[in-house]
Amino acid sequence: MAASDVTAAVGLDARDRARAFLATRHRFGIFEALPWVLAVAAFFVFPDRMAFGSQVLLMVLFALSLDLILGFAGIVSLGHAAFFGLGAYTAALLTLRGGWEEPISGLIVAAAVAAVAGAASGWILLRYRGLTLLVLTLATTIMLQELGNLWRDVTGGYDGLPGLTFTPLLGQFDYDLYGHVNYLYALAVLFVLFMAVRTIVYSPFGQTLAGIRENVARMHAIGSPVHLRLVTVYTIAAAIAGVAGALFTQTNQYVTLGVFDFDNSAGVLVMLILGGAGRLYGAFIGAVIYMVLQDYLSKVSPQYWQFAVGLLLVLTVMFARRGLLGLAEDAMKLFARGKRP
Amino acid sequence: MWGPLIVSATANIIVSILFEGLAYAMFLFIVSVGLSVTMGLMGFVNLAHGAFAMAGGYLVLTAMRSWDVPFFAALALTFVVVGAASVVFERVFYARLYKATELDQVLLTIGLAFMAIATYTYIYGPRPQSIVLPSYLTGQIDIASRTFPAYRVFVIAVGAALTAALWYAFERTNIGAKIRAAVDNRRMAQSIGIDVDRLFTLTFAVGSGLAALGGGLAIDLFGLTPSFAVLYLVFFLLVVAVGGLGSLKGTLAAAILLGVCDTAGKYIYAGAGGFIIYAVAMLILLIKPAGLYGRE
Amino acid sequence: MTAALEIKNLNKNFGALPVARDIALALPKGARHALIGPNGAGKTTLVNLITGVLRPSAGQILLDGDDITALAQAARTRRGIARTFQINQLFRGLTVLENVYLAVAERMRASHRLWRPAGAEREVVDEALGQLEALRLADDALRPVRELPYGRQRLVEIAIALAQRPRILLLDEPAAGVPSSESHLILDAVGALDPDIAILIIEHDMEVVFRFASRITVLVAGAVLTEGPPQEIRADERVRAVYLGQEFRHG
Repeated sequence: MAASDVTAAVGLDARDRARAFLATRHRFGIFEALPWVLAVAAFFVFPDRMAFGSQVLLMVLFALSLDLILGFAGIVSLGHAAFFGLGAYTAALLTLRGGWEEPISGLIVAAAVAAVAGAASGWILLRYRGLTLLVLTLATTIMLQELGNLWRDVTGGYDGLPGLTFTPLLGQFDYDLYGHVNYLYALAVLFVLFMAVRTIVYSPFGQTLAGIRENVARMHAIGSPVHLRLVTVYTIAAAIAGVAGALFTQTNQYVTLGVFDFDNSAGVLVMLILGGAGRLYGAFIGAVIYMVLQDYLSKVSPQYWQFAVGLLLVLTVMFARRGLLGLAEDAMKLFARGKRP
Repeated sequence: MWGPLIVSATANIIVSILFEGLAYAMFLFIVSVGLSVTMGLMGFVNLAHGAFAMAGGYLVLTAMRSWDVPFFAALALTFVVVGAASVVFERVFYARLYKATELDQVLLTIGLAFMAIATYTYIYGPRPQSIVLPSYLTGQIDIASRTFPAYRVFVIAVGAALTAALWYAFERTNIGAKIRAAVDNRRMAQSIGIDVDRLFTLTFAVGSGLAALGGGLAIDLFGLTPSFAVLYLVFFLLVVAVGGLGSLKGTLAAAILLGVCDTAGKYIYAGAGGFIIYAVAMLILLIKPAGLYGRE
Repeated sequence: MTAALEIKNLNKNFGALPVARDIALALPKGARHALIGPNGAGKTTLVNLITGVLRPSAGQILLDGDDITALAQAARTRRGIARTFQINQLFRGLTVLENVYLAVAERMRASHRLWRPAGAEREVVDEALGQLEALRLADDALRPVRELPYGRQRLVEIAIALAQRPRILLLDEPAAGVPSSESHLILDAVGALDPDIAILIIEHDMEVVFRFASRITVLVAGAVLTEGPPQEIRADERVRAVYLGQEFRHG
């Protein structure tokens, strides 16, 4: 074979491989079924922990929404709980003051309210970066909490709004004491929204988010409307966080201003970093581990839990910066390298 | 007949607000100035700064209660001890992350803060603690035909003295000049032979020591609990951001502005005026994102 | 005949410091124009002004006769201005293919699509691959950019600019930092560019300048010292004085 033939053959190979990679990377891998299988299995294995299970699932959803803006778009926010809280209170006030008790439409309205807040605040705040953005996002959330306290006739203040009621799901499934219906409800919502997020991440739009995260100067130089893209993803993430908050209200039948706490924003950040940001499934791993640890440790002593969170953070940043999924990826690479003769 | 009464009543309220606000502002300034300078110098986001203030408060508490150290000596002690101890943290943890992303710095320092809060809650319990002040700091002082709480006057006096001392150190000493140069342009400063790393360690130590001092002063202002570290952190961050990184003047201006606004807000909306300080801070940041005296 | 790009009386001050003083430049279609000058002369600043990274304090920038002085950076790019950076500005964590894909997708207005997988945009993928092939980068298409040797990274930088199908191309020291063993890659790529594109190249290597350019502008301390064809510039005493002490390599 002539040298030029070999080169040509190699060139064709590379091109086809490249094309194939982009065309197939969004396809579902077999491992992607695992979290859903486990979630369904948990329903049968831990039937008496389903109330806790719902909380874990809605936290996964919350962490997923943060992953969109932090892991994929690179926006560092210390106030993501704002949208969780807005969604939570929308769901509460809809049923309490508005007499609207249907839960699924409640989720949709909550998402809409959070989305509007996301678009408005994003439009203003996302022009800033660094410490300024950090402080602005933090201040926005705390200010919302303070305003909620100011209007405590409506919001119930820090005591909150207890005893909220909702109509049976889809008109048929009444809520049982063990939270079985709520668990499957949360799981279904998580599944639908996860698929949406996954689609976005693998789309051309998702590709631009990666570009913005990697090098925003370059994105400007290739003509990308960076601000518009950031506000779009921020709005979508806000809507999803709003749904998580609404789920919180609906499954607990209760909401307080504590949903706006810094602990909530910090907690979801820890979950995401622990699991691995920018990897979709990091939210699952991080949220599950965080919630389980919290459940176990804070029963022993709240200080143990707080110390553990701090320690986890420090260790993750210093030794496992890309989270548990990142560690797993590194391990697989080592494994693959070891296999080669 | 009512006119002069209303005027003097209003004037009274204004004086009270300004006075209270100024005391709060001095506390904010003392704690935040270290954070502002270290962030301006190294760009390092240190969210554990509040934990140093908290630790400083507890050291003053323990020194006075368990070791019979008088108040002023306890304040000096906490400045020195926490300042020195902070160097260990800086070398062990922070130094690794100077080149890291801001997110990493945020995460690490929040983690350290949580660990600190948990540890102190374990040792001291979550309830607010108080100390017994020397008798001449309690009670009221007469100034210009009004009485003011003596302790607040003391805090303002300490703040003023520290402001003067820091101003002198920054503007009139060699080291101060080096710090200002390094804040202005770190690479340039390094290229003319300034050891920025050593300078940073020094600034960090002094800043943390001042935070501890502020924490000690705060015991009788707000009460001391371990969650102090995170509760007040927001305000320190607001002061630093609104003032402008690395600026003494900025930190002072922001502290006074935000301190007075917060006090005023709480007077006006009794029990719920907490949002004023955030609204004011955000407004300023939206117009001047680098802060009042920040650069670029 | 209007020039493709025209700069009139361009001024820029940073406070009291003038970094661009009354600069005038015309780039006709198909131009091969070099911008030279000592370090700190303001060459990159001029590129930043043209692309919209900086706003001028005074003066006009005209594209095909239209005043674009007030347009934002992204808008100017969509009108056909592309640039490379003196220090690579790449998406280092992404693959070479993704780097070029982004530029093509923006141009083809496919980037706002949320619901289709990126790989399903066949036209975008094909064009991106074609761009890589033209610059002999196709073999590295799936490698993360940061794994490539610097010379090939520089080629990716050019590929991104070309993927924008520019009418005006501003190359800021394209061979800078490239080891001499690899610099021919860059020079060959530059030499093979579409003759219709108006190109402004900032360069220090005089051999490259004289080989490539049909007109040269000399910038000193933010102002144009002189402009003309290579022979004139080569013979100009003032230009030699400016470069006194620097290596002045002849062809």
